[in-house]
Amino acid sequence: MNAEAHSLTHNTRRDFLKLGVLAGGGLVLGIGLVGCSKPAALGAGGQPVAWLRIAGDNSITVLVDKSEMGQGVYTALTQLLAEELGVTLEAIRVEAAPVGAVYTNNLLGAQITGGSTSVRDGWEKLRKAGAQARSMLIQAAATQWGVAPDTLKVDAGSVVNGRKRLTFGELAEAAAKLPVPTEVTLKPAKEFTLVGKPAKRIDTASKLDGSAIYGIDVKLPGMLHGAFAQCPTLGGKLASFDATAAKTMPGVKDVVGTDNGVVVVADHYWQAQKALGAVNIQWNAGSNAALDNEAIRARLKKASSRAGRAARNDGNAAAALKSAAKVVRATYELPMLAHATLEPQCCTADVRADAADVYAPTQTQTIAQATAAAVAGLKPEQVNIHTTMLGGGFGRRLEVDFIAAAIVASKAVGKPVKVIWSREQDMTHDTYRPPAFDTVAAGFDATGKLTAWKLDLTGPSITARMFPPVVATAIDPFAIEAATNYPYDVPNVAVNYNREEVGVDVGYWRSVSHALNCFVAECFMDELASAAGKDPYEFRAALLAKQPRFKRVLDEAASRAGWGKAPAGHHQGIALMEGYGTYMAQVVEISMKDGALTVHRITCAVDCGQMVNPNIVDQQVEGSILFGLTAALWGDITLERGQVQQRNFDTYRMLRLPEAPRIDVHLLESSEAPGGIGEPGTAVVGPALANAIFAATGKRLRSLPIAKQGIKTA
Amino acid sequence: MAAINVNGKALETDAAPDTPLLWVLRDHLGLTGTKFGCGAALCGACTVHIDGEPARSCQVALADVGARKITTIEGLSTDRSHVVQKAWLELDVPQCGYCQSGQLMSAAALLAQNPSPTDADIDAAMAGNICRCGTYGRIRKAVHRAAELLKKENA
Repeated sequence: MNAEAHSLTHNTRRDFLKLGVLAGGGLVLGIGLVGCSKPAALGAGGQPVAWLRIAGDNSITVLVDKSEMGQGVYTALTQLLAEELGVTLEAIRVEAAPVGAVYTNNLLGAQITGGSTSVRDGWEKLRKAGAQARSMLIQAAATQWGVAPDTLKVDAGSVVNGRKRLTFGELAEAAAKLPVPTEVTLKPAKEFTLVGKPAKRIDTASKLDGSAIYGIDVKLPGMLHGAFAQCPTLGGKLASFDATAAKTMPGVKDVVGTDNGVVVVADHYWQAQKALGAVNIQWNAGSNAALDNEAIRARLKKASSRAGRAARNDGNAAAALKSAAKVVRATYELPMLAHATLEPQCCTADVRADAADVYAPTQTQTIAQATAAAVAGLKPEQVNIHTTMLGGGFGRRLEVDFIAAAIVASKAVGKPVKVIWSREQDMTHDTYRPPAFDTVAAGFDATGKLTAWKLDLTGPSITARMFPPVVATAIDPFAIEAATNYPYDVPNVAVNYNREEVGVDVGYWRSVSHALNCFVAECFMDELASAAGKDPYEFRAALLAKQPRFKRVLDEAASRAGWGKAPAGHHQGIALMEGYGTYMAQVVEISMKDGALTVHRITCAVDCGQMVNPNIVDQQVEGSILFGLTAALWGDITLERGQVQQRNFDTYRMLRLPEAPRIDVHLLESSEAPGGIGEPGTAVVGPALANAIFAATGKRLRSLPIAKQGIKTA
Repeated sequence: MAAINVNGKALETDAAPDTPLLWVLRDHLGLTGTKFGCGAALCGACTVHIDGEPARSCQVALADVGARKITTIEGLSTDRSHVVQKAWLELDVPQCGYCQSGQLMSAAALLAQNPSPTDADIDAAMAGNICRCGTYGRIRKAVHRAAELLKKENA
């Protein structure tokens, strides 16, 4: 989208503004709210749902359709709506939207928070909602004053006519009776007063005094607490259990079996957790009983010799490699990773005969609702999903495996039940980032020109399990990111993908395949620079003449980092990527002493198009870099007998404050369409770090984590 | 029933003596600001003060608390006026926020002991608190800022 003002003419049923009445008696102006008292009462399947409510007391409530998991959507999406409505952020209260078809993420086809899509999906939608409401409020004031609407403007929650003012609350009733404008004009970017400004987050205060309610904090009248044990072998099932002893323990109300586990329900969580240890459980380990990392690696290695499906094919890379004067080849292998959200998986369910309420820290209300309904034996529209704050998401809560146990338990005891996973359950029953076994080859001609790039990716598909129709005929689009958009000016480029399942469920992990493929592509580009005897930055820059956005972030990162001018004993590595419509380059500066690595500084240049909130963009870039750095240094999920060996933060190591390097983020002005910002940083830091280690030691890292490559990480 | 002093109030709880303080606070007393992260003193999300000292409440049994005074995030101040809360707000530290109760309690305990901490002091005091969102840079700045605010308050 360009920065010019533009008109929106399309109009659908769901966009209509209608009048509703608040439970408390106040009048509301709700987009799409048709005669319903409150949005929480509304169901799915295209039922009317509100984006905002303006009550007679001037209170304004925005319903945010995306889950707040730290990425700042409650603030950024509200900024978009407030920009057009003409109110300050301080004037707005935010509520989590219910589940509903109106909230379908247009980029993902369901109500999903993921894929760094929130701003891209809401960019037009929420500004349009604000503009529609503003237009109707102005019309209501114009009618009351007997003046033309175009003589009026909005200011800080009022419609203004010279010195006369009417507050939005005073106008809400009349405005809500008006027809919806079929056409609204959105502000041009140069008139933005909120969008593009580094506003403070509106959820911060609640996160400083314990008042923010996460999934684990839900309290309902009469609620019981559940502790959960799942088959230790991934994919295994519950065979049988004997709860005779557990049922005699204090507070225990019931012990219930699920498909793959056992829930102990008690008055309090600790009682349930203790009694869980007293349940004698027999498991059916299933087909993974002998699975280990070597078996997974062997499977992937064997599959990698197949030709694979073409994901990109420019020119003829195979022929160009044959005729090349010099060919460089390498194999890269990457490990499985856990999400390790700090809030363990949890869910509260209140299942009744004809309805259910589910309180969940979920990234997908649509699938949560469908899953809860299926387990409860209800219709989806009988299940309300209440989205809490998420104590981290990172893709983990796109899964709905934490919902069933609460449903089963609540149904069994006839009361609300909150089930909390222990850290050990969470760590050993994740859907892990897919492992990868990738081969890559490149050829130079006799003049030293890079003429061929051939990348063969092998790994299991997440999307085949999560959204099978997507991969019915196509390659999993979330397996070939940061691979098919190889940006360098090379005439013959081939990218192939070999799907090979490994027996365990894999999941969307922050930045998904970007983190795999950017590592391979950008580390191998470094190998090619080395083979060509060129500086890694200069080598890349020379191949990006036709890619101005890539070139700009590369130049900016190099210049800001002082590329080539590191202090004595320090070494630099560089990498770049486009993902989610965002262009990014990073320079990592390190030193090595007695085989031990210290990361001193990470410089990141970002062009994410137009920004809604640079303060949040900065947070996301810093955080996503440290997420990727943690994984690059230590992340490794290993299996023995089909059981995950990492159980807590002692064996699945997290970066800690003293280990966090200085990060300099440089956000570039851009009038391009907004890009996603939650994830790119995670993918780029790994290769930049590995390239810095090569610069320091001459050692190429072709697999991760770094701590397992003979490098001390303190 | 066991007596327990939390946030300046003398309370009673029917929790069993071996119940970790974390779950007494969260389940029995309804103070859910203190978070469960690992159950093994590895992440710091459950940090509270016991007689002013930072402690991982998942590792302290109710029976061992005795008459000692517990302070949780809810009792750090009644109106977010503690210097660490002010500094955290000013620097917009939290992302998901789940670890921040523990971070704030660790930082408050540090400043109570050492009103002008160096970076090395901050490293030592805050190393036990994991932030999965990676807010460490802002946490460090906010601890320094809180120390400045503390000086002003004491001036």
